[in-house]
Amino acid sequence: MDTAFAERRRRDLIVAFVLAAIAAVVPLFVKDVYVQNIMVLTLMWGALSQSWNILSGYCGQISLGHAMYFGIGAYTTALLFTKFGVLPWFGMLGGGIISAVIAMALGYPCFRLRGHYFVIATIVIAEIVLLLFHNWDWAGAAMGIDIPVRGDSWLKFQFTRSKLPYFYFALALACVAWFVTWWLEDSKWGYWWRAVKDNPDAAESLGVVVFNSKMGAAAVSAFLVAVGGSFYGQFVSYIDPESVMGFQFSLLMALPAVLGGIGTLWGPLLGAVILIPLTELTRSFIGGSGRGVDLIVYGGLIVAISLARPQGLVGLFSPRRKEAAR
Amino acid sequence: MPVTAETIIQSLASGLLMGLLYGLIAVGLALIFGLMDVVNFAHGEFLMIAMYATFFLFAFFAIDPLLSAPLVAAALFVFGAVVYLLIVRFAVRAKANAGMVQIFSTFGLAIVMRGLAQYFFTPDYRSVTHSWLGGKTVSVAGIFLPVPQLVGALVAIAAFGGLYLFINRTDFGRALEATREDAGAVALVGIDKNKVFALGWGLGAALVGLSGAIMAIFFYVYPDVGASFALIAYVTVALGGFGSVFGAFAGGIIVGLVEATTALLLPPSLKAVGIYAVYLLVVFVRPRGLFGSM
Repeated sequence: MDTAFAERRRRDLIVAFVLAAIAAVVPLFVKDVYVQNIMVLTLMWGALSQSWNILSGYCGQISLGHAMYFGIGAYTTALLFTKFGVLPWFGMLGGGIISAVIAMALGYPCFRLRGHYFVIATIVIAEIVLLLFHNWDWAGAAMGIDIPVRGDSWLKFQFTRSKLPYFYFALALACVAWFVTWWLEDSKWGYWWRAVKDNPDAAESLGVVVFNSKMGAAAVSAFLVAVGGSFYGQFVSYIDPESVMGFQFSLLMALPAVLGGIGTLWGPLLGAVILIPLTELTRSFIGGSGRGVDLIVYGGLIVAISLARPQGLVGLFSPRRKEAAR
Repeated sequence: MPVTAETIIQSLASGLLMGLLYGLIAVGLALIFGLMDVVNFAHGEFLMIAMYATFFLFAFFAIDPLLSAPLVAAALFVFGAVVYLLIVRFAVRAKANAGMVQIFSTFGLAIVMRGLAQYFFTPDYRSVTHSWLGGKTVSVAGIFLPVPQLVGALVAIAAFGGLYLFINRTDFGRALEATREDAGAVALVGIDKNKVFALGWGLGAALVGLSGAIMAIFFYVYPDVGASFALIAYVTVALGGFGSVFGAFAGGIIVGLVEATTALLLPPSLKAVGIYAVYLLVVFVRPRGLFGSM
């Protein structure tokens, strides 16, 4: 056992607990609903980016079609709730399982593709599903689904008087996503994924079952993203194909990880804390004019970060790593 | 609607014309990938600014799209070369997360371009009205062909022919091929890699500029127009095989014909599904695409 690695992991776990505790008490002092809204979105996107990072960051299979799983999660929960009265909790579980199964089913053909072929295949598949949902009358087609208010309780996962429950669920989601990543990082899966990312052929020659590794990463990633989609549907109370499956969702899942540090434990959360408030504030103060200034800022940031610091910002917080590099 | 032989032929003819245009839109992408293994995810936005340039030349100076096409192509050539020198050159140097850097630097560029278009031109739809070719139709053996698409198809064929001659018969073309084969070795014989790459990006952008001028004749221009065609361009290139110029040509025709066929069988809003489904089938069976070499 690598002592330094184990020590770092224990420290990471302690830091995570401290940060979670701090985050848990923040809403008690921050009462502004708008700010609370930003906090919910930040935690949600942090969780989603962490989940995306499992397949695309650790395993190296860059997917720009993860919005499909997000949308499947949202739709599963919304459809079960509105048509069959099934509680959203079961919808979340169902959506997660469906997404994981679909991810593995698609993995069969897709993981034979390499590089750009894989990226474009993920975009195309998500686009097909988006178009199908646009035309699926039973699921509301392009009109979408209005989720009716049927209660104000944790049981029905609807809260009309406060955003705090949504905040705490988003926090729990972010913690779970982080913990899963932390746990997997030191498991057989984690080592296999990093080997596959670095050099699939060498990994195979060393006994790594490359295909199974990718399938596992895809399933875990899709499951967690779908749960995030279920949550989002409940949070905003209305979903349509474009608002939960659009390409911009796939991009927004990837960007926090890219900004913070792709393939790292803390990168997605760090990236989300910077990017989501920036995006929301930019949209509020500049975007309202309809002149697209928020897009300019947003896109410029993406170009700047990906060129100037491809390893992400998380490295700035690792003094020891600098020493190691030196 | 009743599907008759006449309907099928008419549909396939339209699909063929549109397919050649798709091929023209995509060939710049194929060229750039073949040259340096980079996919330009801002490709759709290159098309968008080409269409805007065409529109404004028409609106302010009454220059018909046919006449402004060379001007737009030249402007896009410069733009493409500049994009390489300012952004892509640094992206390909990244040591950490190389694949991610290439994808997101061009994606970021796409978002900036879209934002700038919305800032300066507003989200309103604009169109070129009363151009020389706009709205006209000719009948060939009973098949009606819209003139803008027909001319576009002819331009596409001419462009592919010219590109073929250029790559195979000029020193620059041979330098492109040599740089593609081994970027390290060409430096030893005095070929400036960055210069070749910049010119390659310029050429790729010029080709999409040409298609933008044609498209502006019969398509609305708005900030998101590029995104509509970008995915089809990626599919066309991947279908034909990344790095294959001929593949883009063949891929475009296939995409156009499949789109036309799908339109006969499915609701209009699902016509793209046929394209995507065929693409996935081909690429799953043959991961390199039809004519790809890597």
